Amino acid sequence: MNQHAPAPHPTTAAVAAERPDGIDVRGPRFGAGVTAVLLVLVLLLGAWPGVALALLAVVAASFALGVARGVSGTWQAAVFRRVVAPRVGPVVEREDPRPPRFAQLVGLLVTGVGVLLGALGVAVAVPVAAAVALVAAFLNAAFGLCLGCELYLLGLRLRRA
Amino acid sequence: MDRVLLVLGVLALAVVVGLVWRSRNGRFTPVPPSVLAAPSPDAADGQSSGGPAAGGAGGTDGRRDDRLTAAEIGAPLGAVATFVQLSSEVCTPCRRTHAVLAAVADEHDGVSHVDLDVAQHLDLVRRFGVMRTPTVLLLDASGAVVGRMSGATDRRQALAALDSCRRGVAPR
Repeated sequence: MNQHAPAPHPTTAAVAAERPDGIDVRGPRFGAGVTAVLLVLVLLLGAWPGVALALLAVVAASFALGVARGVSGTWQAAVFRRVVAPRVGPVVEREDPRPPRFAQLVGLLVTGVGVLLGALGVAVAVPVAAAVALVAAFLNAAFGLCLGCELYLLGLRLRRA
Repeated sequence: MDRVLLVLGVLALAVVVGLVWRSRNGRFTPVPPSVLAAPSPDAADGQSSGGPAAGGAGGTDGRRDDRLTAAEIGAPLGAVATFVQLSSEVCTPCRRTHAVLAAVADEHDGVSHVDLDVAQHLDLVRRFGVMRTPTVLLLDASGAVVGRMSGATDRRQALAALDSCRRGVAPR
């Protein structure tokens, strides 16, 4: 007997309602991989701080695009659709686009602060921000772990504390 | 060269974090039997998983805090067990876990599954010290929390958790 199916709890129904169309889970993970490579470059470009800052700004701008248009609106997602998706077979799993979009916001915050401080002359902020963002992007790409999503509940608890 | 080491160090750290995270996902942590055996005014028969009598007398403070009622979760309790899943909007593994638990509840008599949004149940989040989503509290027939899992939970893990909850309950 499943008491869940015949009479779904109102909250459950509310959560399920208005759920946007699912996106291919491999898209955001591929995008995170591309981002991770760019962030490695930012770290390796230590001898050319200007170039490193510019590249970090590109990463931050990509996150901003993901926040504004959803993760499928980024150029990484476009590359995935045009180049990768046709070669890796049909979609096996879809996910709600809101979690990865929230992750884009976390990425924007981290890299945005790095770019801002870097532009203000705090040179060390660039590699620090790149390193933090790299950990998050790598975890997303390699393990499917969305660090920003894991932090969401902690943020919620603090805000309503 | 320093920079190369920095990159390798950062990636090594990320791998360690990822492996720890993965090993913790869905792992069932039972509430110790001594805690479960502590008397509670409205305890139902057969809900304890064989706790020692020694745990009976002392340490009953706040024991009723570890018990959820149908009113609190907004749905009837399962006759055998209830999975109370705490989910958030920004959580992809919550969807997967929801599907797994809904299927398990469907297939087992007396097992039910309730999915709650953490944003609307911060009281439960605080009371049970929930740090991440999804977190699943497993309740026995009387509503006592007998254990919990957090992170993506697969079918095998859910069935194992159910097994440990059902021990002592006559199969039907």
